[in-house]
Amino acid sequence: MDNIATYEPQIIAFCCLHCAYAAADLAGTSRIAYPPSIKIVSLSCTGRTDMGHILKTLEDGADGVLVVGCLEGGCHFQTGNLYARQRVEHVAGLLDQIGLESERVRMVNVSAGQGARFAELANVFAKTIKALGPTGLKMKPAAREIPLPSPAEDELTLLLADQKPAGKGAI
Amino acid sequence: MIVADQKPIKDIKEMLRGKKKVLAVGCGTCVTVCFAGGKREVGVLSSALRMATKLDDEPVQIDETVVQRQCEKEFIEHLGEQLDEYDAILSLGCGVGVQTLADLYPNTRVLPALNTKFMGGPSEQGVWVELCQGCGNCMLEYTGGICPISQCAKQLMNGPCGGTGKDGRCEVDPDTPCAWFNIWERMDQLGIQDELMQIQPAKDWSSSRDGGRRRIVRKDLQKPELDEDI
Repeated sequence: MDNIATYEPQIIAFCCLHCAYAAADLAGTSRIAYPPSIKIVSLSCTGRTDMGHILKTLEDGADGVLVVGCLEGGCHFQTGNLYARQRVEHVAGLLDQIGLESERVRMVNVSAGQGARFAELANVFAKTIKALGPTGLKMKPAAREIPLPSPAEDELTLLLADQKPAGKGAI
Repeated sequence: MIVADQKPIKDIKEMLRGKKKVLAVGCGTCVTVCFAGGKREVGVLSSALRMATKLDDEPVQIDETVVQRQCEKEFIEHLGEQLDEYDAILSLGCGVGVQTLADLYPNTRVLPALNTKFMGGPSEQGVWVELCQGCGNCMLEYTGGICPISQCAKQLMNGPCGGTGKDGRCEVDPDTPCAWFNIWERMDQLGIQDELMQIQPAKDWSSSRDGGRRRIVRKDLQKPELDEDI
């Protein structure tokens, strides 16, 4: 990371094959843009997400990790996405202990038909990560020029605030 | 099993201060089953520590390995071949594992990454409870298989104190069931409540920690000595 001005964050999105991966595909076929810096790794279920995968991804140079599962209540394996959320929240706590911003890992939920929603969440997450800047593993915090956003300005949190679990009969 | 819990990252980071290369050693037995020091936990902790120390400008190279059983020398002997290149071992074993490593490798600093908590088992997914204190004089035959030593805060031998709630919970912690309430219910289920009327004498604690460090000698299992004159 040489130049913060031309910095494009590297984001890895662990996507459930049954929903988020299909939603990303739908976004693509619908010509809805989301940042090309988001690299998608498909999983058979976000319940397969291992805390080690997330940490190793950040250690190996990613600036942010997004885990995208089915809507709560709509998991193909019933509770895989709920386990994933618990793990992502645990890793966020670990990042605080490590000294990295916990906002760098997030869990969001979309259904297979929500291509536009996937692109919207991906765009906002990419914006958040860009504002956070490169991790301290790649660049010293003092070298950053972009100030960190306050929690109140975190668009992804605001965007997710109205997200309700799918519940019975959803989708 | 022995149940352990990981120390906070900042405490482990402090232990690693000044070290350049460390070997994280997990254990494939009890601490794997309680998700504190198995292969997965070694990977997560090592990755977290590598990042944390790098962020502090004091990067530590942390290599990872897991042995099947850290508490027996036969299972950790092979580590000796590579230890010269490490400043320390970070053990993700229980206290027994840490001490066994330190005993076998007295010239290498062995650091504990876990806090060893108790002997117990899972009561539900993600929850472990203490079930045995190793008092050395088991009395489970009198109490329907429920241990008042490990499960009663006062370690009472002859029925509950006055702190049992109507719901059968302990006054010390509302999440903890009263051991003696459960013992009474269990003995009722077994139809042998009358056995509880037998007064238990004061317990002999000399077989527990009060008697100092304990050991078991099994002559039938010891290595036989060969008489040179025969």
